[in-house]
Amino acid sequence: MIEIKGLTKKYGSFTALDNLHLTLNEGTVFGFVGANGAGKSTTFLILATLLQATSGEVHINGVNVREKPAAVRKLIGYMPDFFGVYDQLKAEEYLDFYGASYGIPADERKKLIPQLLELVNLSHKRSSYVDLLSRGMKQRLCLARSLIHDPKVLILDEPASGLDPRARVEMRDILKTLKKMGKTIMISSHILPELAEMCDEIGVIDNGKLIAHGSVAEIQMKLQGEKVITVKVAVHAINEAISFFEEQPHISSIDMLESGDGITFKYVGSEGEQISLLQQAVKKDIPVVSFMEHVTNLEDVFMEITKGAD
Amino acid sequence: MKWMGTNPVLFKELKLRFRSFKSFNGMLFFLLAMCIFVFGYIFLTVTISGHSYFRPSESFVLFAFLSFIQLGLVLFTAPGLTAGAISSEREKQTLPILLTTSQSSFQIISGKLMSSVAFLLFLIIAGMPVYSLVFLFGGISPWDFIKIFLFLFVILLAFGSMGVMFSTLIRKTVVSMIATYGTMLFLSVVTGFLFIITMRMKEMSQMGTMVTPSYFGHFLASINPGVLFASFLSPNVFGIVEELTHVDFPIWIGFLIFYGFLTVVSIGIAVRKLRVNTNKYR
Repeated sequence: MIEIKGLTKKYGSFTALDNLHLTLNEGTVFGFVGANGAGKSTTFLILATLLQATSGEVHINGVNVREKPAAVRKLIGYMPDFFGVYDQLKAEEYLDFYGASYGIPADERKKLIPQLLELVNLSHKRSSYVDLLSRGMKQRLCLARSLIHDPKVLILDEPASGLDPRARVEMRDILKTLKKMGKTIMISSHILPELAEMCDEIGVIDNGKLIAHGSVAEIQMKLQGEKVITVKVAVHAINEAISFFEEQPHISSIDMLESGDGITFKYVGSEGEQISLLQQAVKKDIPVVSFMEHVTNLEDVFMEITKGAD
Repeated sequence: MKWMGTNPVLFKELKLRFRSFKSFNGMLFFLLAMCIFVFGYIFLTVTISGHSYFRPSESFVLFAFLSFIQLGLVLFTAPGLTAGAISSEREKQTLPILLTTSQSSFQIISGKLMSSVAFLLFLIIAGMPVYSLVFLFGGISPWDFIKIFLFLFVILLAFGSMGVMFSTLIRKTVVSMIATYGTMLFLSVVTGFLFIITMRMKEMSQMGTMVTPSYFGHFLASINPGVLFASFLSPNVFGIVEELTHVDFPIWIGFLIFYGFLTVVSIGIAVRKLRVNTNKYR
């Protein structure tokens, strides 16, 4: 559905995108993760036909973005990270204008607009002026706008940015509905746990380069090579425990917990070796209260992969 | 002309423009000013002259003044209405979304231009009943009327297109306004001044020698809206220009060619530059 080959964008001597390769199948929900200025919005602008790449090719549903931008515009629904609205239009007029802009006949628009407003939970605001809507409502209206021509691909740049928790949850629910409808979605966000929940694939971009790509589980696995383990012991045995773990192979960066009743350390080893380590500690009469592997979430992955980016 | 009937930008702009209180106020004050001027002029002329009637020659003066008011309205309002057409969309961050729709660059530009032209035409047409009061008193032919309106339409289209072009090329509306008003002042004031200087210099340099035609002077007279406008009100202006420049070519043809060219080039540039980042590899 989306095929990006060697995409590069340079602004003078600054390289915003550096030889990006990415292929997404139909119906995939792809989360684009990266720090500010990493190249997410540049990629989206090129896909949305708003910016020309320095080199490389992008095909959406087999259509070349550079050669046939008008055809691509019919395939995509784009929601930028910052956008304005026509304040003097009512919500339904706003959608009607964009519907007309995509050449949808008036009678079809009349049927379509109530459905879209319902999808984004704005049916009760259909006759409200856009400037009277809250930020979350404007975001949802803009999402409805990007869906007006029933695009196959949705390109959503930070759709939940600046929203309060309730509005974020509402936005996430709508995106889940769109996923069920089979849309191919490219979404960037800083709210990483939300991406992990709804995305089939994640791409981590840093300094214009795609440094990791795969399913959420795959990316998390990349960091699993070095696990972080927390062992809690009886307070009186803390020094004994430190001595024991210091002597074991594949263990590094041992730190005592602030509470003084345990330690954390980095460990490289298989699940079986991890079980054996615990058994040895128990055999040595170390009073282990808990032995816990720290579960890496997407936020940790992002921080780990992009560390030292600045 | 299918695009005219189905241009979403045109209808959106008209809706926004006519929904705004500013437009209502503008029209109200324009019509009020015209009414005050017309009835004040008639009242003063009748009371000062001591007659109880209004002569056709006085009616013509009124027509001339009203026509200049209309010209002023077009010259000063057209740039104001169009110089922010695209740049304001850019400033309000609505342009990227507009550019990802199926509309062509020409549809967007023509929609923006036509909505501004339509609003100004609406103002002019709204002033017609007051303007046409001069018919009651004679001295004006319907052809005089039509000529003035055709002239205003050409000027409106040309300066409107120029405003849209600057608005597309320049990111900030304020700078675009300055550029559009600057060009308007150059074409309507500076060219007149240059015409006078050129003619005076030519006259001085050709003292006692054979008189040669001044094509540049004729060009300046042709592109100055004031000169052609004056010639509608006083046909001997044609003769004066011909006598000064020694070029036997109707200035209205030069005017139409120049402003027609300006309109087409301005719209062409605006259409080409609207999607500047997507036109070529950089």
